[in-house]
Amino acid sequence: MDTVIPSAVFYAISGVLVLGVLIGLSLMSKPKTARAGNALGAACAVAAIIVTMYNYSVLTAPVILASIAMGVIISLFIVFKVKMIQMPQLVALLNGFGGLSSALVAVLSYSQAESRFSSVSSTVALIIGFITFTGSLIAAGKLHKVLPQKPVVIKGHTVIVLLLTAAVIACAACGLPVWVTALLSCLFGIAFAVRVGGADMPITISLLNSLSGVAGGIAGIAVGDIMLVAIGGIVGASGLLLTQIMCKAMNRKLLGILLGSTPAKTAVAENSENEPAEEDPAAREKIALAPEEILKDAKKVIIIPGYGMALAQAQSKVKALADKLEEKGAEVKFAIHPVAGRMPGHMNVLLCEVDVPYDKLHEMETINPEFAECDAVIVVGANDVINPAANTAEGTPIYGMPVLDAAAAKAVIICNFDEKPGYAGVPNPLYKSDNTLLLLGDAKETVSKLIDCI
Amino acid sequence: MSPIILIIVFLVATVVGYFIINNVPSLLHTPLMSGMNALSGITVLGALAVTAVVLKPYSGVLSVIIGAVAIVLAVVNIAAGFGVTARMLKMFKKEDK
Repeated sequence: MDTVIPSAVFYAISGVLVLGVLIGLSLMSKPKTARAGNALGAACAVAAIIVTMYNYSVLTAPVILASIAMGVIISLFIVFKVKMIQMPQLVALLNGFGGLSSALVAVLSYSQAESRFSSVSSTVALIIGFITFTGSLIAAGKLHKVLPQKPVVIKGHTVIVLLLTAAVIACAACGLPVWVTALLSCLFGIAFAVRVGGADMPITISLLNSLSGVAGGIAGIAVGDIMLVAIGGIVGASGLLLTQIMCKAMNRKLLGILLGSTPAKTAVAENSENEPAEEDPAAREKIALAPEEILKDAKKVIIIPGYGMALAQAQSKVKALADKLEEKGAEVKFAIHPVAGRMPGHMNVLLCEVDVPYDKLHEMETINPEFAECDAVIVVGANDVINPAANTAEGTPIYGMPVLDAAAAKAVIICNFDEKPGYAGVPNPLYKSDNTLLLLGDAKETVSKLIDCI
Repeated sequence: MSPIILIIVFLVATVVGYFIINNVPSLLHTPLMSGMNALSGITVLGALAVTAVVLKPYSGVLSVIIGAVAIVLAVVNIAAGFGVTARMLKMFKKEDK
């Protein structure tokens, strides 16, 4: 294929655009400059598209223009229609699109391949692309609740996954028809994503995000596009780093998550049986806490939001509650656990949407020492991230995960939907604690009740 | 282009990418993930390149359809990705402003 731009000029342009993307990404990691970073990234992407089209002299090709127009129209629809709470599944879905696109690019470049090198790299891109595609769709389905959120482990799952891996490699190596490799890769993507539990989904999405970058980069190697190679590589690596950060926050091992290994279920059952016996039922009855009494003289209140707040769409009520508490002179802070919600930073997005200033949102490390001196903690739809069992109940899935130290506060008000254990399936001893007030039901209503009683 | 150079570029990009996003506050994890997801739609460049090749000379309707679908998907990934990221980031504001 002939290109229009002399290669030296093309390298220079690529270098500038890739640098732009890098600067954009690094700007995006600081709150003040994040918007500028995003805009810069988008501008570089648009420039890269135009340069590529010019380079292949298809700036006016009707098929290509029509395809781009269609993509833009669908995008506009998505950008303005999607609700913030649907963000995790949207990212997963978009990621699937990217993966499929890379896979299709690989299919075409495979059929055009002239050298062994380009057919091999096409095959690799094709495999990763299709895995990303089906894996992301499963992840999106789980987050959107069309698919069961519990890890689905079929009999001999590991064997099946290993067999599929071997089969994919064998197919690719023996040069079987592309569609066989594609089909097997799709199956592999499904097999690996279904066994991941809902709570681990953020990590899976982040990993798939990284994978789609890698798929793009390798597709770039196959078609010989240096810009695509560089940007794909950057996304692949930074996605992997983000995945690691999340694993660390959840105290999970990446491999463990991918293998769907939740630590022994029996330990959980034992614990839930033991706990009621350990505590003194009389002590519970003694202190009847009323929310108005807890909040009346509270000088310092920490609010802990969780996925329940997102589900009940209670964020504006929570904001109203914070405002009302501040009006009467209390200091209100929000404590955000790194993995509250279904994506890291999910809570921040929701709270910022209702105009909670982001300097009131505090990360776990900075706010944990403050719980001891605060008068009241209000938990809205969070469970696992405040579960003190994480420090004590050895053998449970959340053991060792850093949690918000809500138990240290003078009083805890929990506005959760029910008393059931959270995502990790570990009962929360905080529910039974003396200084805890449980307000069960829809978070929107329970938070409203709190507002009314102040 | 020489395969060796492409592989070197890929490796260098990986190393650079690994160090670029250190110390991200968890406040920004979702927008960053969403932004990176948008960037992974850059595979549109590959889609454009292969479609250009199958268009000139025209090499069968199936290839063109595959190429066109790849472009549509990648454009949705990139445009919707940046769009929702911008929408998310617009909501982050400081008090007294």
